Amino acid sequence: MTTPSEAPPGPPGDADPPGPGDTPWSRWDQPSGRWMLPGACPDSRERTLVLEAAARLLFPTVLVFSVYLLFEGHYGPGGGFSGGLVAGLAFVLRHIAGGDDNILVSRFGIRPPVLAGTGLVIAVLTGLAPVLWGEPVLASTKWHISFGSFGYLDVVSSLLLDVGVYLLIIGVVLDLLRSLGSGIARDAREAGETAPRPDTGGGR
Amino acid sequence: MLAVVAAHFVLALCLPALARYNRRLAFGAGAALLTATLVWAMSQAPAALDTGVTDVLAWAPDLGLSLSLRLDALALAMIVLVSGVGALIMVYAAWYFGPRSTDAARSAALLVTFAGVMLGLVLADDLLTLYVFWELTSLTSFLLVGQGGQYRENRRAAVQALLVTVFGGLAMLLGIVLLGELAGTYSIPAITAAANDGTLAAGRPVALTIALVLILLGALTKSAQVPFHPWLPYAMAAPTPISAYLHAASMVKAGVVLVARLGPAFSAYAVWWGPVVVLGLVTMLLGGWRALRQTDLKRLLAFGTVSQLGFLMVLFGAGSRVAALAGIAMLLAHGLFKAPLFMVVGAIDKACGTRDLRELCGLGRRRRGLAVLATLAAMSMAGLPPMLGFVGKEAAYEAFLLEGGVRGALILTGLVAGSLLTAAYTARFLWGAFSTKGTQPTGGDPVPLGLSGPAWLCALTGLGAGIAAPLVNTLAESYAGPLPVLGDPYAAQYTLALWHGVGLALLLSAVAVVGGLLLFRYGGTATGHGKVPGLSAQRGYEAVVTGLERTAIVVTGRLQIGSLPVYLACILVVLIVLPGPVLAVAGSLPAQQSLYHSFMQVPVGLMVCVAAIALCRARRRFTAVLLVGAVGYGIGGLFIIDGAPDLALAQFLVETLTLVVFVFVLRRLPAHFAEPDSERRVRTPKALVAAIGGVLVATMAVVLSGARVLPPATTDGFVANAPEAGATNLISAILVDFRALDTIGEITVLLICAAGTASLVLATRYDKRKGGATVTSGADSAEREQEVAG
Repeated sequence: MTTPSEAPPGPPGDADPPGPGDTPWSRWDQPSGRWMLPGACPDSRERTLVLEAAARLLFPTVLVFSVYLLFEGHYGPGGGFSGGLVAGLAFVLRHIAGGDDNILVSRFGIRPPVLAGTGLVIAVLTGLAPVLWGEPVLASTKWHISFGSFGYLDVVSSLLLDVGVYLLIIGVVLDLLRSLGSGIARDAREAGETAPRPDTGGGR
Repeated sequence: MLAVVAAHFVLALCLPALARYNRRLAFGAGAALLTATLVWAMSQAPAALDTGVTDVLAWAPDLGLSLSLRLDALALAMIVLVSGVGALIMVYAAWYFGPRSTDAARSAALLVTFAGVMLGLVLADDLLTLYVFWELTSLTSFLLVGQGGQYRENRRAAVQALLVTVFGGLAMLLGIVLLGELAGTYSIPAITAAANDGTLAAGRPVALTIALVLILLGALTKSAQVPFHPWLPYAMAAPTPISAYLHAASMVKAGVVLVARLGPAFSAYAVWWGPVVVLGLVTMLLGGWRALRQTDLKRLLAFGTVSQLGFLMVLFGAGSRVAALAGIAMLLAHGLFKAPLFMVVGAIDKACGTRDLRELCGLGRRRRGLAVLATLAAMSMAGLPPMLGFVGKEAAYEAFLLEGGVRGALILTGLVAGSLLTAAYTARFLWGAFSTKGTQPTGGDPVPLGLSGPAWLCALTGLGAGIAAPLVNTLAESYAGPLPVLGDPYAAQYTLALWHGVGLALLLSAVAVVGGLLLFRYGGTATGHGKVPGLSAQRGYEAVVTGLERTAIVVTGRLQIGSLPVYLACILVVLIVLPGPVLAVAGSLPAQQSLYHSFMQVPVGLMVCVAAIALCRARRRFTAVLLVGAVGYGIGGLFIIDGAPDLALAQFLVETLTLVVFVFVLRRLPAHFAEPDSERRVRTPKALVAAIGGVLVATMAVVLSGARVLPPATTDGFVANAPEAGATNLISAILVDFRALDTIGEITVLLICAAGTASLVLATRYDKRKGGATVTSGADSAEREQEVAG
């Protein structure tokens, strides 16, 4: 997950952005955050600007939508599985648009297997926790939280299990991206194939 | 009582940290705990010898499982060995392990764990409790024998010990379950009472016989009886304190303890005493004979242990009062003489750097104290007065003299012959360790008190117990009292004593000792080369293990041939062959099956069908992937039409992800399928299997959905409970609440799949990078083959 060498010189990502006075006018509107994919495509020949710009818009939106799906699951279509898949697809979109680095790793130091493992741990612990209160394994309870005149919120303990599923699914998808996406691409590069061979049906 | 057992485990947890701070302190703490256990047990002795002290902890009451412990005479005798001798061995170990030994910390913790487990085993009053501790001793013994696992010898010995004893243990579990179900209880006193009343398994003698044979299998493997004995001599790869503790004083006696525990119940059954007595005698003779041929002092002692265990088996298996008295006496005597002999060998090993009796020379002159100590312990082994071994052996002869009859005479002959061999290998041990054989006296640094002291204490206890035979008699009587008096009525009054006057038993003792000395003196050449040709228990074990490995390799090689079409065909053929006929015979198509119930189903269904048919004709991989996606999305559409948005959402998302993953993989695959025009004889069966499989699944779906005549009973329950689970979305309530266990299982599978994919893809990279370094598995397996074949 190194910064690709082909990346154009310019903004040094989110590290120490120069003050507004130092920035030449041509770079005022250049994307600064790394999540915005500032021209991070490993191979400039494969770069598609439309997809890149779309990913810049969609990535955060889809992530928020996935969290909505996670919470919505108790009342409508959604849930941890769907939410996790949607979030995973957001990362897939980013990956295809050229973000070869995994933002979770580079920005937060969270590795996909760890994320998936954390999800499983949360799910299992949620299942075991009721034992502490003398309830059977996997029992669930409902908390009614009132916010006075703003209304109330019903929180179910099994939501935690759903969060575990959500994290695990994201972890699994990211791990697939790592092994099948970046891993295979790197294999190809190391084998001396800078681009997919013309005779492959490789997706385009 | 449970607290005492638990204390061992708690201490064992603390010991590694303590050992890092101070090694001797760690062993000292262990010794202190074991001594405390012994003192506690002795303080309970009056009550224990009277009615027994019991302690029960409900473990899983719903299953009728409980941890029940009972302190009685047999347990008390074993605690003397487990805790008493154990404490001395812990002190010995503190001086045995070198200051920089990395094994010390682990060994200290494991030894204390083992002591606790063994304590539980001898106290167990319930067959299942006994089994749990039984297997735990096997596991701890594996870790103790295996040590750090750096040495092949240790690993091999540990694996062999584990395989043999766990094989026996599992057989025993079957036997225990069978016996427990026959008796309706797992409590040993209840089973004993039922067996003695004759109400146990009335009318089901075959089942009882099988149960007893299976249980005996456990006892025989654990106590290294023929033909399972080879693991014990190999286990001598372990450090000496561990051999002294596990393979002399405690663990190997577990089988004997089991026979002794159940003896009062079953010794009247020929299926019980027959194998025990016969195999015990054979083991006693074989062990003694093999001991005469050993050159390694430790292995000599190990074969001696095998022989003595056979002896103990005979005594406890015979099932008469006097034999049981002798059994308890010999049980104590063996622990009290074999442990110090091992400690002496360890001290010699440390002082001279060898324990080969051909190399040792002149040690008797230079280390007189050690020689006296070894002689003292060896006297008990050979059965010389005034040691406890003599008392036990006298009683053993007397038991079968009094019993008379053919059985008594045969057993007596075997015992005398075995004792003769015992005397012979005892002489060989002393000669080998201490005589002046060559001209090169071997080293012989002074032996620290920490090594010789515990051995002295053990050996002197053996002497003291011999003189205080009435005390031992009180203990033994409490165990042997309920057993029947066989043969001469005088047997009812026989007591253990040092001196019974001149009689036949004393004569037999003399014959055994003198004969043994003569055998050692003049039988050198005969014993040197005597070997039963063609029969080797070790070969048998190796043949079984290598046979298993070969079978596994052959089966795996046949099934896992690395061809995806073959795997797929296997799955499909199984599906066609197994449920297929059942469906054809028992299934019936529903009477009125509507073609569709929503107009929109027609175009979507047609689309799915067209995509599926086109898929079969696809030549390019990418086209095929897209068509698979089309089928998937079409099915998702059908879900929406049928009013299942949750399913449809998941289906669409999974389908998208699958498509993307496929595309990732396709980048590295050729564009076209490998064999576009493969031969007809390959294609026809493939097409046939696929078509039948597809039709079968489709028919199954129709038949099975038509077989449901009522709404499923659980649905109402789910609907009723959904508000309680805090969900208005029933699917979600099912996923995360009602069927949450399934969900956890499924996500675990997902995690495993991701990990598997990552290792598959990344492992090939790893191989490439490391080059030749990773291709050592072939060489390694050849070595392993050689190792297994010996």
